[in-house]
Amino acid sequence: MKKLFILLFSFLTITANAASSEGGEFKPGDMITHHIADDYSWHFADGAVLYLPVILIDNGQFVSFSSSNFYNENHELVPYRGYKMEHGHIYKANEAGEPIADYSGLYDFSITKNVASMFVSVALLFFVFFSIAGSYKKNAGKAPRGMQSFFEPIIIFIRDEIAKANIGPKYERYMPYLLTIFFFIWFNNLLGLMPGGANLTGNIAVTLVLATMTLLITVFSGNKSYWGHIFNTPGVPWWLKWGIPIMPVVELIGIFTKPFSLMVRLFANITAGHIIILSLFSLIFIFQSVAVGPLSVAFATFMNFLELFVALLQAYIFTLLSAMYFGGAVEEHDHVSDLGHGEGAHH
Amino acid sequence: MDLVTPNFGLIFWQLVTFLIVLFLLTKFAWKPIMNALREREASIENALSAAEKAKLEMQGLKAENEKLLAEARMERDKILKEASEAGNTLVENARNKANEEGSRMIAQAREAIENEKLAAITEVKNMAAALSVDIAERILRKELSDKQAQQELAQDYLREVTLN
Repeated sequence: MKKLFILLFSFLTITANAASSEGGEFKPGDMITHHIADDYSWHFADGAVLYLPVILIDNGQFVSFSSSNFYNENHELVPYRGYKMEHGHIYKANEAGEPIADYSGLYDFSITKNVASMFVSVALLFFVFFSIAGSYKKNAGKAPRGMQSFFEPIIIFIRDEIAKANIGPKYERYMPYLLTIFFFIWFNNLLGLMPGGANLTGNIAVTLVLATMTLLITVFSGNKSYWGHIFNTPGVPWWLKWGIPIMPVVELIGIFTKPFSLMVRLFANITAGHIIILSLFSLIFIFQSVAVGPLSVAFATFMNFLELFVALLQAYIFTLLSAMYFGGAVEEHDHVSDLGHGEGAHH
Repeated sequence: MDLVTPNFGLIFWQLVTFLIVLFLLTKFAWKPIMNALREREASIENALSAAEKAKLEMQGLKAENEKLLAEARMERDKILKEASEAGNTLVENARNKANEEGSRMIAQAREAIENEKLAAITEVKNMAAALSVDIAERILRKELSDKQAQQELAQDYLREVTLN
């Protein structure tokens, strides 16, 4: 209960902060976009701001400074060392301090709020799983205890219900990847729900990388029968393959649509959850009425619980679908009569 | 729209971080954890099968024990039966022997008595003969002292001879 109050309270502070910094009129759209987008500083609460380092490579030249330099004492954006931040992006600025729109050669490697949040999650992942690995070594062969007994059923579930069930006998070499994406996504989903947390797994760049990894692993572990199903799909009239090559084209597109759906699903689910919760809080400020408060909070609390579930569910779905794609890539088709309806082959 | 445009820097950091995380977790967490789980499952499986085996062995031992016990019981009964039989025979033999001995001794005694009787009778007979001879001698000595009596005797013998 205490945690919940802190959670709700923090949301209110952030919202209030966003509202006040807008200079009077409250714009829920801006507030929400600001919250779910990446940032060069990390607002934990009103007044508690961590300015993160800006790292730029400008035509091969390495530039690094704190993002606080972009703000003057009145919290207004100012150019610094020939760069200017505008609409959450850093641009090369001209002498007048205006961004140069078509400037190329500037690469932004800044440790943004998302990157910093990811580092926090990585530290957490390392702490949790290294200590669990340690406990396995310490009480080898004995019953799990503490954190070990919390995570062991999850690890076994991923192994038995996700990997073994969908990949088959070759599941073992995919286990590290499946475990890593599952816990990476889950931990980051949960961190995103924390007050002041970043929206890492609701960022398309992050889900793009994760989906690309799944795509690459699928493609590189594809066996003869997998490629055979793509370029010479059994049970399809020959003219659809060699005359008008519709099937190979469709199957080839399918290789990319599967991870694309992974990318969009995770991104959309997590971002949508954040938007809904923030919208519910925004109602209070839109109606400018305390009476809306309890209703808003009730709905937002419900949504928060739902999001806790979604955090786990999306991690599970991403892992499960990845396992299914791997399973389709390594599956051995013994019979030509099996028209691709084999388990885990096509989805 | 900004929201669906992947940011280059974030892609870079995400890729680098994720690969490092994947590598380190694989090396220092997943491998040891998966191995430990596998080993523990194998050891549990082994323990269970060993317990099952031990149970079967125990059952075997119990059956064997019962068999041995039954055999021992049978053996005991047999021995007891044999012993009682042997005892009975012994008693029977002893009784027979005693009976035989008794009757033999009685027979011997009877024989001895018979012999003694015969001897006694013989002795009595001999003594009676000797006494008769003695008496006859004495009578004859007295009779033959006068002449007439000698004549009469001679006459008697002669008569007897003639008559034959």
